[in-house]
Amino acid sequence: MYELFKNLAKWLVSGDQWAGTDGIAHRIAEHLEYSLLATLIAAAIALPLGLLIGHTGKGAFLAINLSSFGRALPTVGLVVLVFLVSGLSLWSVYVALVVLAVPAIVTNTYAGMSAVDPEVKDAARGQGMRGHQVLFQVEIPLALPLIMTGLRLSLIQVVSTATIAAYVSFGGLGRYVFDGLAQRDLVQVLGGAALVAIVAVVLDLALAGLQRHLFRHRRTAAH
Amino acid sequence: MTVDWSWMGDHTHDLTSLALSHLQAALLAVFFGLLISLPLAVVAHRVRALRGVLLGLSNVLFTIPSIAIFVLLLPVSGLTRTTTVIGLTVYTLVVLLRNTVEGLDSVPAKTKEAAKAMGTRPLRTLLTVELPLALPVIMAGVRIATVMSISLVSVATYIGDGGLGQLFTDGFQRNFPTPVIVGVVLTLLLALVADALLVAIQYVLTPWTRRRA
Repeated sequence: MYELFKNLAKWLVSGDQWAGTDGIAHRIAEHLEYSLLATLIAAAIALPLGLLIGHTGKGAFLAINLSSFGRALPTVGLVVLVFLVSGLSLWSVYVALVVLAVPAIVTNTYAGMSAVDPEVKDAARGQGMRGHQVLFQVEIPLALPLIMTGLRLSLIQVVSTATIAAYVSFGGLGRYVFDGLAQRDLVQVLGGAALVAIVAVVLDLALAGLQRHLFRHRRTAAH
Repeated sequence: MTVDWSWMGDHTHDLTSLALSHLQAALLAVFFGLLISLPLAVVAHRVRALRGVLLGLSNVLFTIPSIAIFVLLLPVSGLTRTTTVIGLTVYTLVVLLRNTVEGLDSVPAKTKEAAKAMGTRPLRTLLTVELPLALPVIMAGVRIATVMSISLVSVATYIGDGGLGQLFTDGFQRNFPTPVIVGVVLTLLLALVADALLVAIQYVLTPWTRRRA
């Protein structure tokens, strides 16, 4: 066990391992590219949908059921299926990742919007705000913490699942995991897994930091 | 993309055993998750200082990608069912812990005081008053954990386990979509049925929450 971790540490810090197109730096960049782009596309689809459902109160049933459907969907199967249907293209990876990310963003956005006190919305209307003003100046700011939670959850899930891109012959950090498994090279497998975990945790911490930054005025106001 | 129905007919036996093995892994994980998170939740509920630590820790564990957890367990428990179950259990912890703590928090202080005034000891209050009243929120967590575990079992297919997930590898390697579609549909069905059963169990366990007609 000790030997294994020594080799793992050596693998992670070796300079050769980091350079080139097979190198860790390049793999991390690929992994980030898949994850961030997929989450952005998912957000572009899911945020308006969640806001619409939350603002109008219509389609709540859809929002609630979408989340349990999203949780139940086996990610591996989805990626493989889209891959078999669409052929050898990165589209399969993106489609699958976006489908995975959308439910959590929609549900959390909707949940954040519906948690806004109706009296606050009434007060805003009473002050003469129009529908879109209530939405952008009252509802969205108040719903933002939960919206951010949804984005964070989705991003973690996407980073985690982007590993599967390597299974269908693309890059990213999953390369080490699947190549290592095929070559019975446990050090490489563990190295890949550790890097995926680190990337996920770091991205989540970064978003948590961003969230704190966005709300710092509110915290000081509360004190 | 067409489904080869005869393939399904020829593999009914395999599909049944894969589905059962799939379900077993998921349910064991939820069982162990509850076993671990119940006492931890009671501690987090009672000791404010430990609350943030325990909830924060389970959140960090949740951030680690499932495939990474399975792979990182390989040196410890190898290519076995144990690895699958431990990995899934880790995932259930965050949901179960958070919901159980929230459930315990939701029990009105007056109810606990009433129990105390009647001379009920703390452990008995916990078992006969607090946990039953917290049950709806705990069960909500159990439902999420179960559905999530059922969908995650297939990730373990990369370490040689994974129940219905094996259909995905099979379909991928032979470039044959039928097993993949069947695997996805069966996983969704398992999750749906398990969730419905949990709703029924909760209905039976919490007669006081049923609205009187």
